Amino acid sequence: MTEQKDRELYRWLRLIREFEGRISALDKQGKLMGGVYSGKGQEAVTVGFCHDLRLDDWIFPLHRDLGAFLVKGADPKRLMAQIFGKRDGFAKGKDSYLHGGDLANGIFGATSCLGATLPVAAGMAYKFKIRKEDRVAIAFFGEGASSRGDVHEAMNFAGVHRLPVVFVCENNFYAYSTPNELQFGADNVADRAVGYGFKGEVVNGNDLHAVMKTAGKAIDRARRGDGPTLVECKTYRYHGHSEHDRADYRSEEEVITWESRDPIFLWEIYLEKRKYDIAAIRKGTGEEVTRIVEEAVAFAEAGASPEGPEAMEDLYAMPIDTEAR
Amino acid sequence: MLVTYIEAIRQAMDEELARDGNVLLMGEDVGVLGGAFKASAGLQEKHGADRVIDMPISESLIVGAGVGLAVQGMRPVLEMQFIDFIACGFDQIVNTAATLRYRHGGQTACPIVVRGPSGGGVHGGLYHSQNPEAWFCHVPGLKVVAPATAYDAKGLLKSAIRDDDPVIYFEHKFLYRRIKEEIPAEEFLVPIGKAALRKEGRDLTVVTYGAPVHAVMKAARDMAAEVDIEVIDLRTLLPIDWATVKGSARKTGKVLIVHEARLSGGIGGEVAARIAQDCFEELDGPVMRLAARDVHTPFAPAMEDYVLPNQEKVTEAIRKLAAY
Repeated sequence: MTEQKDRELYRWLRLIREFEGRISALDKQGKLMGGVYSGKGQEAVTVGFCHDLRLDDWIFPLHRDLGAFLVKGADPKRLMAQIFGKRDGFAKGKDSYLHGGDLANGIFGATSCLGATLPVAAGMAYKFKIRKEDRVAIAFFGEGASSRGDVHEAMNFAGVHRLPVVFVCENNFYAYSTPNELQFGADNVADRAVGYGFKGEVVNGNDLHAVMKTAGKAIDRARRGDGPTLVECKTYRYHGHSEHDRADYRSEEEVITWESRDPIFLWEIYLEKRKYDIAAIRKGTGEEVTRIVEEAVAFAEAGASPEGPEAMEDLYAMPIDTEAR
Repeated sequence: MLVTYIEAIRQAMDEELARDGNVLLMGEDVGVLGGAFKASAGLQEKHGADRVIDMPISESLIVGAGVGLAVQGMRPVLEMQFIDFIACGFDQIVNTAATLRYRHGGQTACPIVVRGPSGGGVHGGLYHSQNPEAWFCHVPGLKVVAPATAYDAKGLLKSAIRDDDPVIYFEHKFLYRRIKEEIPAEEFLVPIGKAALRKEGRDLTVVTYGAPVHAVMKAARDMAAEVDIEVIDLRTLLPIDWATVKGSARKTGKVLIVHEARLSGGIGGEVAARIAQDCFEELDGPVMRLAARDVHTPFAPAMEDYVLPNQEKVTEAIRKLAAY
């Protein structure tokens, strides 16, 4: 990889970390409503899968994939406005977090029924196939969502038609508080792929190189018509399920172990090995991402909140006449 | 031309598949078999296996995949083999399709149609007789239709396919081959959101939809010497054509609502409440309802007859209301 790309990837890792960190801080200050679901610790999965996508490819983020919005091209200002429930958000204040996607950039908004986006991704990939478009759909889900029927139904269909979709399981070991041993009986979620007739791969989700290599292969395979892949990225979330969850169900030792495998830390070691001026990169990148995030926060805070009657907009394509509305 | 209700459905899909290359039909066994009831007979042969798609037994997938296709500008018609199985796709309908436009701040439409055979009267038992329309009428973002005639079955399905919002289309399996009707050879549409005045009358209004429309019409004709009945067929259950319903209620002063779905929590309760609230001073009696008894639709004929409304029960209910 070129130095420019190495630095660019680093910038994305840092921007996501900074963006989410700021949101967590805003939440602690009581400036946000609703749930906040940090993906801190999982940035390498996001960057690895989204960085080399094209504008007309689609991603189906899970609730912790705020960074995927950024890497796929969403405007940080509008994304922050969404978190604040402002009119400038993609959902225009109708919902927060990742429920309002940015369709112009190929980002589909998730519902809170986790895993429910996988059938949607499979359907979209079916269109890419029948219209002979070399586009791909990337569907993210957690190891917890892997227990849902929708996840199985989507993979089964994608296997039948060899659809251009990549299923990315972000296995962070806990579904809220439920550990993997109470979630599934297999060693890996990716082991299920054989049952769907395609390849399953397990990758270290904190190692950006490993993620990019596996992601690249899976995306190429989909793009050239060779069908889906199930990639399981073993990673870890530093925060609780939401900011309100203290995550007491985890041992301190476990958290420390994973912090020593931090994806940004690992990438910095790599940059040092390449003999780049890491101190300068760290400082320059830090200043840049802080500026982007602060501009986003300022934009979101200054933005207008929707008025009550705007709640009645955007429900139907053509407004319908019912007296109850 | 003289067509059955199910042939009208088949024609609507055939014409729309031919008219618009973005229209797809997806469902279990809809291809070579032509559907469990033959609603799609010959359509795969004519329009191709990429557009008339045999799906795995996965209702949640069928609806969810339909949403993905809809976001890409396609217009999928999603068949539930029996409408009872729509429960397996409920989350995708209610949480994914119905919310799609709203939670994306109007960025996209969701032009899907979910259709399938509903209703009882054919001794189908608990899992092949349900009338789940009320589940969906409670959900903002959806439209819900339930045609009673071959003309409406065709015209409403064509409108549903062209509609940019998710439409749940309840066809009634009892009517599939029992209803035959002359319909125009040339193209026509039936607008979503408009009720049909099936029969004019002065004394009493019956508001109904689906299979009971026919029992009500027979009762109204048979009782003509006794009471002059006006019959409103809602056709669309979300949104309801309140202007027509209330106009008729104000005119006759007496309203009976008849539907095949169970009484409690049914559409009739909503209709009755609106009429009671907005037309109270013009009413000459209580708004009454006739519906299925509050139980599952049983298999054995005598029990099924006992549970579901029929012409005899309609007549009895009309007499009771007319006596006020």
